[in-house]
Amino acid sequence: MLQIPCPYCGTRDEAEFHFGGEAHITRPGPEVSDEEWSDYLFNRENPKGTHFERWCHNFGCGQWFNVARDTVTHEIDAVYRMGERKPTPENVLTENKRRLA
Amino acid sequence: MSHAQTFRRPQGGRIDRSNAINFRFNGKTYQGYAGDTLASALLANGVRVVSRSFKFHRPRGILSAGVEEPNALLGVDVGNGMIPVVRATLMPLIEGLNAESQSGFPSLNFDLGRILDLTRPLWPAGFYNKSFKWPSWHTFEWAIRRAAGLGRLPAGTDTTQYRHLNTHCDVLVVGAGPSGLKAALDAARRGDDVLLVEQDVEAGGSLLFDSMGIDSGPSDKWLTATLAELAGMDNVRILLCATVAGYFDHNVLTIHDRSAAHRGSNAVETFWKVRAGNVVLATGAIEQPLMFGNNDLPGVMLAGAMHQYASRYGVDCGQRIVGIINNDVGWRTMLAMADTGSPVSAIIDVREDPEDGLLQAAKTRNIATHTGATPLLARGSSAVKAFRFASKSGDTQEIQCDAIAMSGGLNPTAHLYSQAGGRLRYDEPLACFVPQECRQRVRVIGAANGEFAAANAYNIAKRQSAPLKSNAQWVDYLHDVTVSDIELAVRENYTSVEHLKRYTTTGMAVDQGKTSNLNAMTVLGQLTERALAEVGTTTFRPQFMPVTMGAIAGNRRGDFYAPPRLLAAHDWHRANGAVFDDYGGWKRPAFYGKDRAASIAAEARKVRESAALFDGSPLGKIEVKGPDAAEFLNRMYVNTVPTLKPGKVRYGLMLTENGIVMDDGVFVRLAEDHFLVNTTSGNADRIAGWFEEWHQCEWPELEVIFSPVTAHWSVATVAGPNSRAILAALPGMIDLTTGAFPHMSFASGEFADGTPYRLQRVSFSGELSYELSVPANRTAATFQRIWDEGQVHGIGLFGIEALMVLRTEKGFLHVGVDTDGTTNPFDVGFGGIVANKKGDYVGARSLQRAHDQSADRRQLVGFELVNGGSVLAGAHFVVRCGKDRRSEGFVTSAVFSPILGKTIGLGLIERGFDRKGEAVQIHDNNTQITATLVGPCFFDPDGERMRA
Amino acid sequence: MQRYSFLRHVGHALRGHRHWQPAWQTAEPKKQYDVVIIGGGGHGLATAYYLATRYGIKNVAVLEKGYIGGGNTGRNTQVVRSNYFFPESAAFFDHSLTLFETLSKELNFNLMFSQCGHIVLAHSEHELEQQRRTVNSIRLNGVDAEHLSPQQLKKRVPLLNLDARFPVLGGFVQPRGGCIRHDALVWGLARAADSAGVDIIQNCEVTGLQLQGDKVVGVDTSLGGIAADRAAIAVAGHTSELARMAGFRVPITSMALQALVTEPVKPIISTMVISPTIHMYISQTDHGEVLLGAGADVYNSYAQRGGIPAIEETVAAALELFPSLSRLRLMRQWSGTTDITPDTTPIMGKTPVQNLYLSGGWGTGGFKAIPAGGDTMAYTIANDESHPLIAKFGLERFTIGALIDEGAASGVSH
Ligand SMILES: Cc1cc2nc3c(=O)[nH]c(=O)nc-3n(C[C@H](O)[C@H](O)[C@H](O)COP(=O)(O)OP(=O)(O)OC[C@H]3O[C@@H](n4cnc5c(N)ncnc54)[C@H](O)[C@@H]3O)c2cc1C
Ligand SMILES: [Zn+2]
Repeated sequence: MLQIPCPYCGTRDEAEFHFGGEAHITRPGPEVSDEEWSDYLFNRENPKGTHFERWCHNFGCGQWFNVARDTVTHEIDAVYRMGERKPTPENVLTENKRRLA
Repeated sequence: MSHAQTFRRPQGGRIDRSNAINFRFNGKTYQGYAGDTLASALLANGVRVVSRSFKFHRPRGILSAGVEEPNALLGVDVGNGMIPVVRATLMPLIEGLNAESQSGFPSLNFDLGRILDLTRPLWPAGFYNKSFKWPSWHTFEWAIRRAAGLGRLPAGTDTTQYRHLNTHCDVLVVGAGPSGLKAALDAARRGDDVLLVEQDVEAGGSLLFDSMGIDSGPSDKWLTATLAELAGMDNVRILLCATVAGYFDHNVLTIHDRSAAHRGSNAVETFWKVRAGNVVLATGAIEQPLMFGNNDLPGVMLAGAMHQYASRYGVDCGQRIVGIINNDVGWRTMLAMADTGSPVSAIIDVREDPEDGLLQAAKTRNIATHTGATPLLARGSSAVKAFRFASKSGDTQEIQCDAIAMSGGLNPTAHLYSQAGGRLRYDEPLACFVPQECRQRVRVIGAANGEFAAANAYNIAKRQSAPLKSNAQWVDYLHDVTVSDIELAVRENYTSVEHLKRYTTTGMAVDQGKTSNLNAMTVLGQLTERALAEVGTTTFRPQFMPVTMGAIAGNRRGDFYAPPRLLAAHDWHRANGAVFDDYGGWKRPAFYGKDRAASIAAEARKVRESAALFDGSPLGKIEVKGPDAAEFLNRMYVNTVPTLKPGKVRYGLMLTENGIVMDDGVFVRLAEDHFLVNTTSGNADRIAGWFEEWHQCEWPELEVIFSPVTAHWSVATVAGPNSRAILAALPGMIDLTTGAFPHMSFASGEFADGTPYRLQRVSFSGELSYELSVPANRTAATFQRIWDEGQVHGIGLFGIEALMVLRTEKGFLHVGVDTDGTTNPFDVGFGGIVANKKGDYVGARSLQRAHDQSADRRQLVGFELVNGGSVLAGAHFVVRCGKDRRSEGFVTSAVFSPILGKTIGLGLIERGFDRKGEAVQIHDNNTQITATLVGPCFFDPDGERMRA
Repeated sequence: MQRYSFLRHVGHALRGHRHWQPAWQTAEPKKQYDVVIIGGGGHGLATAYYLATRYGIKNVAVLEKGYIGGGNTGRNTQVVRSNYFFPESAAFFDHSLTLFETLSKELNFNLMFSQCGHIVLAHSEHELEQQRRTVNSIRLNGVDAEHLSPQQLKKRVPLLNLDARFPVLGGFVQPRGGCIRHDALVWGLARAADSAGVDIIQNCEVTGLQLQGDKVVGVDTSLGGIAADRAAIAVAGHTSELARMAGFRVPITSMALQALVTEPVKPIISTMVISPTIHMYISQTDHGEVLLGAGADVYNSYAQRGGIPAIEETVAAALELFPSLSRLRLMRQWSGTTDITPDTTPIMGKTPVQNLYLSGGWGTGGFKAIPAGGDTMAYTIANDESHPLIAKFGLERFTIGALIDEGAASGVSH
């Protein structure tokens, strides 16, 4: 039961959230090739390590936000709102401190 | 008849001798005292054999006094059935308790299975991999299965109440021994919110039997004072009889709380989920058995346990006790035991030169000592009678005894630490695995951290197996694994610690290797000439102690498993004879009346001939508002949205980004910047979430907001030629004539009694039809009104099943029934709409792929049976026969149409659009019937009736 | 290879079992192999076994970063069945089941294959319709399946609660379905592959792929570089990582799938039962433990460690259908890193890199596929061309949109 720090509400149980998969995927226009379209639709980074992903606090404020989470330890290293800049690996931890402070 | 407690000392212990308790074991009545565990009471009564071993049916006695117990796992009934695999060492003695051994045929003391012990060489590790192949495994499996299993499923109904509790705390302290108590006290004094959890019935841990000095005073006094102080603090909660069973990510832990579990039919078990700021593990350490021949004989026990029985329960485990030890803590245990008056006759130490002081102490207590000894074997048939060892000089000696206290050193109880992701490290001097590092906020203290004794006072000899030929030395008691099994595994190259575990099944029994893993790894290291640090350890997984399944489910049983959603007018429908079914989580009227088929036919006919009322409340309703509402919806629907005029309604289809049909329904333009979207009932929440996701994550620049209002509005659908007349009679109703309010229109208004309403003229039945929405709290009143007004027109009621007949007659799509997770809009006849749509929308690009455009796809068509008869949804369209028979698609909907007097249906079939008029074979469960493919609409193809 | 049989076993017993040889050798990596297989799970081992025994390529190494079978193959719930909806799935999985039926004999290792039947439940009229669609499909695919009425179900599974919150209205069984002991399969394959000349190298992690242009020529490992004419990836949950090393992307998400067992009791359930609606499946092991399969945790994970919600869901579901299990205790729970594809069908065949092959995307149901997966992969590697049975399982299907969505069509995974 992950404890997820919603940037709007504070830390809540995993059960209040909906997982939305990888974040920062750019949706291409309809003009792209089949290859590019299927890359967007199906291919995923799926890293072993820090994963940038999106969650929605759907049994709470209803807001989507981004999370940097380690897929091995499950530790959450950063949370940030939609539209905010994606933290680089180096500043993930500082972000984390700022958010969780 | 009561048996005397012959092994009970005249005094001493923490038991209440004024409170005698009667219990039964294997049909005999015994007596113990309040404060006893089942194990201590059995020992007090001289019961030696408590079980038979799993594979070889060897007699087994109580080994330990705690969670690690591998032998005294009994069936225990305290009023809620005979519960299997109860640890007698943790089970508080309760009046009327009825315990039984789970093995032994015909009886525990005379077990025919013992014959297996004589053929032991036939059943080594992995024997079933090498044999039982011919003629097939199935020939033998039943016998193996019957032999396995520790107990039986309890009979009768479970009367225990199970509940879940959720909590937070600053500090969770696990274990209320001296270390845990100190940690709890420190934290509590700092002002932290403390939760202290102990699985024993009493707090105190080792202080309950070991009176070592604490804070330079007697420990009893310290314990009493500490408990009193903790009890007086508001920020401290103490749970007894509660086991922390799981340590999960983000410092969330689970507790199985049995403090009220033994109250017969009033029993309660609680499953806690704790979010802990910090965790302190003060879980102690588990004493390890020594390896020697017949180390599983009844009477061979862990030294610390024997001490505990003597000191805490006033029970001597024998009249001539011999200690076999390899470390200083074991010595102190033996001496302390002797000091309580236990008949310790000898101490055999494998080390050459234990500290002089210890030898002296033994001497003053008249205990014989042997050092530098090599343990060989215990002798006896159903109880230990003697112990044989090789002395320092090499000659074999034998000592008579009726109990053996063994101490093979301690191993920290680091299971929870390991679950938390903590790494363990093999510590050479301590000869055990100690916590090393963990990413979670956890601290390990006391014996759990390898702090067994004051600095440098824990000298332990290298662990090893006895130098025996026969090697009947037990490593894993529960699974009957011996040293020779490990030798065999190593010989066959199962040398990874995980392979060893799986091949020999060491550590995989219900005790999860609490007394076997370390010895198994020792032998493995010995044989492969690897240091234990290199051998490594297996990962511990939840549960630390098995947890009742009922407790994990909590009250999620029956209706609480998935609470059904009831309609606002549920009672009204029931009063009118509704038969309810589950539809997408809602309990909805399937039909009204007794005879299913007849009712459905009559209801459908009523709609076609007069009018009937349907409860459409679960229909999903989402309001979409803002300057960009039309633009947003245009990106969500296959259909064009901006051209819709306010007050008008349009039917549309939504796709996944992969081009699959996801939902359908009408949407209404309430105003230039305001829409009402209807979704199918089962998808209401999903689509609302879908809109939010696309808006927030993909197009945040669009100015639009969403408001799901499904439960706010109830919907009365009135369908049939007379529906207009019925609704028009309601005071406050708008002008319903087709000129003023044509098909696919929307209006809102207010009834004379002040009830606001929304009205849309849409039809899923193909008849003139209105969907009237009123606030949910006005539902029953509104239904009754319509019902009353409708009487002159002979109004009826119709449920979901009749609606399905009506919409199938019309060939109206039912998403999820006529489509599945592979259906795209082309397949259901939306090609034209796709072609006309301009701009991008969700799923659009996917529809351009060759496979989506292929002419060979399955397409939705209607069919009629050529020679009458009937067919069921799920039947397949097939071509060819015999081995070459192939499916071309399947029937998605099939109903008997009362108005057409025959069975009709819809189906998805390859290239269906081009095959109208073709005769096809429909196949179901080896029967075959001929049908003709037709267009999907069977009734009023021009839609005159709904536009009337 | 030292033969196993009951008589030989007795013979060895008389000699104290002192003369058994290693089931497989501990091999040192050679400098070069014709084929290197990355991943010592069931699929990697089976591919090596069939390469050596059916396709004549014996200079083969299986590189395993931990111990063989330590991935999902040694963690799964052992369901074996071939009752699939789409003809291409059915043909492949039935090939697997057919191979399983003689594999104990072929490997001379008792895999403890118990064809105890695989039962799927339906809980509403709508589900009965869906199930009829599925059962007809299965049978038209040439696979065995029979409808069961609630009464027939009750007879086969006496503990089943027909009046649950979602009542049991019917079901179907694949009589040939059942379970196989996972470790036995791993060891049996390793032993047979080893005796056919394959090198099984444990504690050898592949850390990189040696590429020359768009061709693979070897692998970097924790034990050094190894040259290889051809290489195959069979690493389940780690497929994305290996694909990254090779420079291409895959439609795979790694998720923690959980399973749990109770304390062992005498036999109470003699078949496999699955309810797709309430996502739970159950069987009883030969040890007597009741084995429950849970769902996956919802987020990406390589942890081999599961969370609480999936367990609570599963236990609640199990007790709803089997209320009498409430007093049994949950003994152990564990999890594996499964490689989930968008359409729940595996990804097999060639990759964008020449001479590099992929067997992945096995997700929650690849155990049952091990013999067929190994056979068809070995063929594909030997011929540099997909075996006909897996022709539609290639990566290209995602580009052209030709998904094979078993989950969407029949709703059953595992
Ligand atoms: C809880 C659970 C229940 C399941 N139940 C069923 C079921 O009932 N029926 C069914 O059919 N399927 C089931 N499955 C799925 C099934 O277990 C898998 O699909 C199947 O075992 C996959 O086999 P594999 O050989 O591809 O992968 P694995 O067995 O996971 O083997 C992959 C191996 O690759 C190794 N590896 C990874 N990276 C590297 C590297 N860089 N270098 C070297 N080696 C590496 C890993 O250590 C691992 O040993 C279940 C899975 C789980 C987790
Ligand atoms: Zn929030």
